[in-house]
Amino acid sequence: MDITFSAEELAFRDQVRTFLSENWTQDLATRIRGEDQEFKAAQIEWQNKLNDKGWLAPGWPVEHGGVNWSVTENFIFETERSLAGAPDVVPFGLKMVAPVIYGFGSEEQKKRFLPRILKSEDWWCQGYSEPGAGSDLAALKTKAELDGDDYIVNGAKVWTTYAQYADWIFCLVRTDSSGKRQDGISFLLIDMKSPGITVNKISSIDDHHSLNEVVFDNVRVPVANRIGEQDKGWTYAKALLAHERTSIAAVADSKRRLRDLRKLLSEEISGGRPLIEDTQFQNRLSNTEIELMALEYTELRVLASTADGKGPGVESSLLKVKGTEIQQAIQQMYMDLAGYYSGIIHGEETAESIGHAFGHDARKAYMYGRAATIYGGSNEVQKNITAKYVLGL
Amino acid sequence: MNFNLSEEQNMLKDSVARFVQDEYDFESRRSNAANALGFNPKNWQTFAELGWLSIPFEEAYGGFGGGATDVMAVMEEMGKGLVVEPFIATVLMFGGLLSKSDNAALKDAYIEKIIDGSLQGAFAYVERQSRFELADVKTQAKRDGDDFVLNGEKTVVFNGAAANKVIVSARTSGEQCDEAGITLFLIDADASGVERTSYRLMDGQLVANIKLTDVRVAASQVVGAVDEGYKLIDAVVSDVTIALCAEAMGIMQKLNTTTIEYTKTRQQFGVAISSFQALQHRMVDMFMAGEQAKSILYRAVCAAESGADDLAKNIAALKVMIGRNGKLIGDEAIQLHGGMGLTDELDVGHYVKRLMIINTTFGDADYQQQKFNRLAYSD
Repeated sequence: MDITFSAEELAFRDQVRTFLSENWTQDLATRIRGEDQEFKAAQIEWQNKLNDKGWLAPGWPVEHGGVNWSVTENFIFETERSLAGAPDVVPFGLKMVAPVIYGFGSEEQKKRFLPRILKSEDWWCQGYSEPGAGSDLAALKTKAELDGDDYIVNGAKVWTTYAQYADWIFCLVRTDSSGKRQDGISFLLIDMKSPGITVNKISSIDDHHSLNEVVFDNVRVPVANRIGEQDKGWTYAKALLAHERTSIAAVADSKRRLRDLRKLLSEEISGGRPLIEDTQFQNRLSNTEIELMALEYTELRVLASTADGKGPGVESSLLKVKGTEIQQAIQQMYMDLAGYYSGIIHGEETAESIGHAFGHDARKAYMYGRAATIYGGSNEVQKNITAKYVLGL
Repeated sequence: MNFNLSEEQNMLKDSVARFVQDEYDFESRRSNAANALGFNPKNWQTFAELGWLSIPFEEAYGGFGGGATDVMAVMEEMGKGLVVEPFIATVLMFGGLLSKSDNAALKDAYIEKIIDGSLQGAFAYVERQSRFELADVKTQAKRDGDDFVLNGEKTVVFNGAAANKVIVSARTSGEQCDEAGITLFLIDADASGVERTSYRLMDGQLVANIKLTDVRVAASQVVGAVDEGYKLIDAVVSDVTIALCAEAMGIMQKLNTTTIEYTKTRQQFGVAISSFQALQHRMVDMFMAGEQAKSILYRAVCAAESGADDLAKNIAALKVMIGRNGKLIGDEAIQLHGGMGLTDELDVGHYVKRLMIINTTFGDADYQQQKFNRLAYSD
């Protein structure tokens, strides 16, 4: 049992801090919170800074641009990034499709797609869920039929985050309906400029445009854009899910959010006293903080067992469930802290102009935050997975 | 970074697990607890022979020189067996106070005897009015020449019935709840003026009330320094809290495993009840509560081993979570065992009762949460 950092690891932490203080600027932080193209441009600018440093895709194999960090270095980087308030990379290209490409793709696909992902030249989105296939992903019906060197794709994907910015979408499509549902699925990379693709905006309760429906009407996709073998797509996609659940836990981000909340509670006055002195609020804070202190070590345990070559396995469901419960508890506390000002829609006055700038962000985070217990496999599905594969029920 | 036990620690853990496996089935446990001493003295000699009684002591005093991780490894396995032998009271509390004091004469006189199994000890710190406040001490110690004279009453003294020697907290100066002015005295359990009344707690352990009437103690029997006993108490309570929580960890694991096994064999409506989703999700909640508790236990152990600045906050957090998650697991274990969960014959209820006593010891989850809040949120 040893959790202390070595001298080398402490030096690395200083290096990360220096990088963040020089590159994660107030100006960038403001623009990245903007809407549409302002957000997209700022996010790409940030990713390019990370790429220039060689830290954009630390988990990739070194020959493709990864860094070969130890589990501890990776943990240090993520912690420092979060505490500085810098956002994670957009995961769809860097963390989701890239591992499938370098893990199961052809040499040509690796050469064609990976460098463009590193340079943020292609913006990717994820085509998994469908109107009839949510947590039960294997029920997907979007069909791909062979026609010469192409597949003809018909169907619809839904809840597609940032499809409005995307150059490419990676999709699970049905190529065979005769056998077991999981066996007839293929993994396709589809150019969003292909004729027959329509992106429909889905307005969401956070007043922020992130969700879309993507409709495929006789879209031609070259067979060369299929990953691995036909009908084996489920295997490739499954390898990703454990990783997705682990990163959804966002432990370090929750630590920052709690730290900032603690500060705001000291500044907010209620009945002449700082709100932090309210014992009810203190109990809610500590309920969440204690759960998070534990989850931080749960994550370290998962990371340490990954380093031993064992995971991340089914324990990632635990991280996902607890991590998202914590996020939502924090979002609720921000809302209650903001009081009236959580409800203000931007007009002639804004939450900022009234002096409670956090009110606007609190509502956005709270409203969109409802999604966290749904996406990545709903928390109830995570419990099914845990019951079956961990507890053997 | 790693969460693995060393080879030595694994051997220690295995040896306790083997003892529980071979010597401590539920019927043996029952008869051990029913012994007039509150435990089986034969087992205590086995502990001595296996070297377990030497674990936390310095090598200079014949100890193993173990830290929080070693104690955790032992306590987790003892928890699984619901072991009643007073390892905590004699070795960790009584022995811990001696170890952390700077009184070489007392260490020389007693640590060896703890290690060879010939001495039973206890720490008397609770009083009728004190609840969980370690500094709420009314028992008086007045100086009289080279002696102190003690008057007062201590309650719920763990291992108080079997102890040969007892360390008692008493007030030598200050007000009733002051941290300053508390002094620790090592007394003979049969000294003149000591009156012991023993009784049982719901977890089967034998405890005692100790009434002190004009008990004379030589100044040489002061553990630590006069008026400065609280620091010692606080340090030992920290260590013992981690040990108790490790024991609770073992109990939670045992309850989770037992409950899963039971639901797989219990048939209702023509199927095993483990096939019902409503029950599966409850068992997943139990599993997650146990894993989170394990994580925060590791966190506190790492903080103790490295002497972290925020150790006190980590220990308060640990005690809150062990209390709450232990209650969830205990209640669910009984619920999922149905009517059988209410029987005295089944071991489940006995594990639950031990978890409840652990929750209470040194302050329950609510009390510890207030402590955490003070440490974390007062500017």
